[in-house]
Amino acid sequence: MINMNSYLKKNKLKIAPWLFMAPGLFMFITYVIWPIVGSINISFYEWDGLGEKTWIGISNYIELFDDEAFYKSLKNNFIWLILYMLAVPFGLFMALFLNQSVRGIRIYKSMFFFPFVISQVVVGLVFSWFYDPNFGLLNIIIEFFGGTGIAVLADERYVTYGIIAAGLWPQTAYCMILYLTGLNSVDAEQIEAGRLDNAKGWKMLWYIILPQLKPATFIAVVVTVIGALRSFDMVSIMTAGGPWGSSRVLAYYMYEKSFSEYGFRMGYGAAIAVILFLIMMVYITFFLLKMYRDEKANQ
Amino acid sequence: MFPKPIENSNIITQSVYRVALPIVLIIWLLPLIAVALTSVRSGGDLFAGNYWGWPTSFNLLENYTSVFENTPLAKYMWNSFRVTIPTVLGTVALSCMTGFALAVYNFKGNLLIFFMFIAGNFVPFQILMVPVRDLSVQMGVYNSVWALILFHIAFQAGFCTLFMRNFIKALPRELIEAARVEGVSEFQIFWYIVIPLMKPAIAALSVLIFTFIWNDYFWATVLTQGVDSQPITAGLHSLNGQWISQWHLVSAGSIVAALPPVIMFFTMQKHFIAGLTLGAVK
Repeated sequence: MINMNSYLKKNKLKIAPWLFMAPGLFMFITYVIWPIVGSINISFYEWDGLGEKTWIGISNYIELFDDEAFYKSLKNNFIWLILYMLAVPFGLFMALFLNQSVRGIRIYKSMFFFPFVISQVVVGLVFSWFYDPNFGLLNIIIEFFGGTGIAVLADERYVTYGIIAAGLWPQTAYCMILYLTGLNSVDAEQIEAGRLDNAKGWKMLWYIILPQLKPATFIAVVVTVIGALRSFDMVSIMTAGGPWGSSRVLAYYMYEKSFSEYGFRMGYGAAIAVILFLIMMVYITFFLLKMYRDEKANQ
Repeated sequence: MFPKPIENSNIITQSVYRVALPIVLIIWLLPLIAVALTSVRSGGDLFAGNYWGWPTSFNLLENYTSVFENTPLAKYMWNSFRVTIPTVLGTVALSCMTGFALAVYNFKGNLLIFFMFIAGNFVPFQILMVPVRDLSVQMGVYNSVWALILFHIAFQAGFCTLFMRNFIKALPRELIEAARVEGVSEFQIFWYIVIPLMKPAIAALSVLIFTFIWNDYFWATVLTQGVDSQPITAGLHSLNGQWISQWHLVSAGSIVAALPPVIMFFTMQKHFIAGLTLGAVK
């Protein structure tokens, strides 16, 4: 007993962190790390979620190569990735517009931030009405200017863009708040020096302000990429992937394959998820590398 | 300050700015304003095609009572609270400890575990879907609020650990060193020295996690079905299917669903923004 105690005493700095981490680590491994391994494993099986699993090797992946719907979803994901990025400059310009100290500006800022706080389900519903061909505000506006109305969400050509536009609404608000905070800590002396050198407007923004906003930009890009690749809620609420699967993204297609009226194909769904995961890994690696460099620099 | 403070410019620019501000705000919130207006319209208004004009009558009480009386909206709301509050408590408790361990101790694998938490936080949910659903079924919690609570606590641990670890790392190290010299135990250091200093971080995280979990839709559809366990986001989706063309009810439901996080944001705004940016922009 005495030996045990002195062992604990001597090594308490070695043992303590593991005790503190144990519950969190246990939960995280059970619910996040292990399921990733599990999904990769399931992707090599044919499985309906209940019965026996049948090992089929890489058949699911081979099937993916010939699956039109998979390519359509993949393509839509890339459209999402590219257009969703607009939230970053939009957010920056809104932040610049709001970065003043007139009376009541704080209330204004929080009202502008509203769309980010509400659920994407509500955002999706709101925009479904906005786009409605019979009474939606969008068509009223188009017709007011003499155009002919379009049923955005029922038209294969526009549906994905319509959903992305809706998604940009909360995402822009998110980027705006990141930039507003970034702008708070911009160095006043550098701006003054810039003004003495006659830098104004765009030049000032590009050469003096933006370099200082780099951390905010980095986070804005990261959260926007994640948001684009995770896009599921909006698609599910606004179109359920339709019309004819033309607005599916990988996250939604995977869900549809795994449990829906089209049958419970867990293995195939898992294979789609693995592809999505690999795309995301590119960004995760990029992010971790940057974190690693920052950590090393701080030590 | 950038851009140039507006009070230094001439009176015309100032007035233009003051007028532009509310106009831009109204355009920005137009979809939301429309929903709020629709939620107080009468069914007759909608039938007559008056979707965007001024309502002919304000049926605020009728519509909102009708939503609560004729649909299980209240039940869905209650489920949302039953999921969200335990998740917030659990996540904060776990991440205080993991964050403390990773910030204070130098041990082998520290950075590796830290990066594992960060990476897990960015993973697309879909790769977890099938195994987590399976696990919940096996544990017998599938289709109950516990399925959601347990999963959310575990998943949010990623982001929250990153957040807490960075916060604790920025605290003065001498405090801890001095306590150790005094012979204070590691747990007492955590409980009596570090936790009191973490109050702002705990407040910020709580508000943020509350909003994230309240708004979750994906896991709500994967892990629960039916009125007994589904939170409001999933509930709203199924009500939307039943209420076809009763837009005044759909919009009243949407407003109700949006209210708790909005109130949370308005009352705790300072913490909310601190949360978003502390974890993000260091």
